[in-house]
Amino acid sequence: MQQVFKRPVSLKDVQTHFCPGCHHGTIHRLVAEAMDEYDVQKRTIGVASVGCSVFLYGYFDIDVVEAPHGRAPAVATGVKRARPDSFVFTYQGDGDLAAIGTAEIIHAANRGEDITVIFVNNTTYGMTGGQMAPTTLVGQKTSTSPYGRNQHKDGAPIRMAELLAQLEGVAFSARVAVNSPKNLIDAKRQIKKAFRYQVEGKGFSFIEALSACPTNWGMNALAANERVGSEMADYFRLGVYKNTENL
Amino acid sequence: MTKRLFVKGNEAVAMAAIEAGCRYYFGYPITPQSDIPEYLSREFPRLNGEFIQAESEVASINMLLGASATGVRAMTSSSSPGISLKQEGISYMAGSELPGVIVNVSRSGPGLGGIDASQSDYFQAVKGGGHGGYHIVVLAPASVQEMYDLTMLAFDLVDIYRMPAMVLADSVVGQMKEPLVPNSRPATDLPAKEWAVRGKGDGEQRVVKSLFLGDGELEAHNWKLHRKYQDLKSHECRWEAFHTDDADLLVSAFGSTARIAKTAIMMAREEGLKVGLLRPITLYPFPERAFADVTARTKKVLVVELNTGQMVEDVRLSVARDAEVGFYGRPPGAGSLPTPEELLEQIKKNY
Repeated sequence: MQQVFKRPVSLKDVQTHFCPGCHHGTIHRLVAEAMDEYDVQKRTIGVASVGCSVFLYGYFDIDVVEAPHGRAPAVATGVKRARPDSFVFTYQGDGDLAAIGTAEIIHAANRGEDITVIFVNNTTYGMTGGQMAPTTLVGQKTSTSPYGRNQHKDGAPIRMAELLAQLEGVAFSARVAVNSPKNLIDAKRQIKKAFRYQVEGKGFSFIEALSACPTNWGMNALAANERVGSEMADYFRLGVYKNTENL
Repeated sequence: MTKRLFVKGNEAVAMAAIEAGCRYYFGYPITPQSDIPEYLSREFPRLNGEFIQAESEVASINMLLGASATGVRAMTSSSSPGISLKQEGISYMAGSELPGVIVNVSRSGPGLGGIDASQSDYFQAVKGGGHGGYHIVVLAPASVQEMYDLTMLAFDLVDIYRMPAMVLADSVVGQMKEPLVPNSRPATDLPAKEWAVRGKGDGEQRVVKSLFLGDGELEAHNWKLHRKYQDLKSHECRWEAFHTDDADLLVSAFGSTARIAKTAIMMAREEGLKVGLLRPITLYPFPERAFADVTARTKKVLVVELNTGQMVEDVRLSVARDAEVGFYGRPPGAGSLPTPEELLEQIKKNY
């Protein structure tokens, strides 16, 4: 008998704490598959952030440093400079990366740190209970925007993949989603590409992955999954925004 | 012949860091400590080290956290307003049991304050400046030589105790030039850094973190940190005793203020007044025992600080019960550095 599907070795054989319908688990798996693909598990140092992704070390079988809220790109900078032979990635949510950690992500990207950033955008603060995030869509109701996000008062949602693509230091920037088999296959391809940039020492690579948050959106898993492909992808367009080496 | 150099205190810090084997520096410009990043930005590239001028103090302390987590010797430096920004990262480093040397060439405040010598960051340094009830090692140099020696000591202490240390200097010792004997790094027995993240290789996963959610985990972790602080108190207190044996009045001051106090004490001695000095070198752990011992005999104490009274609280908690503790201090700012004559007058008043 031939085994055609198995758990990536970089992923632990445990259940996650993620809510039903959340995309974190799927994104974790794609990241682990990319780690296996390039055989970097043993030299990987992951940098965990604050939010639903804080338990990175519980799911990935790799060395992990936990960073303060938003500071993962700065922590990863210190790690990579001290251990240039290691494979270093951060895994951050939208509140972490696009609000409190804006300075750290912009400058790590601008320095062209040889790291990979996995940015999970679900338009809300998941762990703290669904407050308004920098990526919350205009009109979206959250626990701190009960009347809907008001663009005149709260600003418009930030498009990080496009924003970072403008920086000279960024080698690769793409936005993906895992809401459909087609998108998932493409997401896997782009994550692998982002990893390849670092494996080949070609600079800073960035993946923005759209994710569902059924619990905080007040939707069932199917409706939340549907929202990713429609309302979210309409504003946060999927695609590759920078690919300097054409990998 | 012993090599002697004539350098600034800030340069001595940078030279000591290099001698201690530190090759990673992360910082942000701020007066009066910029000589440190300037020196290291020049020297580290020649030594295969890494110097990063970060986008902020917040980023630089987190770069230090990341580098330290991999087991290398690393440092940052700043001055008071910048140290406030670093408190978040210092708390995380303390919680994650990470080594790392932080130099504070402190300046006056609050707020933007000024760039003059100041001792108003004593509380922030020794009481755990960030959230969560922790301590870090705090060393207070009073000379260019001590800027060098205590920086070197800080690197060893952080590796032995797995916690951050601060060299709490001020603009007087940071900016002045004095002769320096650049001592070699001592041969200290240091524990292996089995905990450092380097990629798991064929071994077990290693995690550097400060989040402990399991039942009883965080309490146990905090008790472990607390035991380290007790160990520090037992083994690492350092102080200078100057003419304390026959003293009728004990003056206590730290850092550059202790230099002025020493001059005043010598002037007092010339007039026949038996005055001594107890200068804490480790502000944390505070040399409680030394104060208790000296005040078993000497009942009058005068604490002098360049602030309105901070270390005096720790002195009051440490002295013999029947000792009287007086205080003389001035808030920091241009022109507020006391003269030896001014302190002599206070000595006479308290004698």
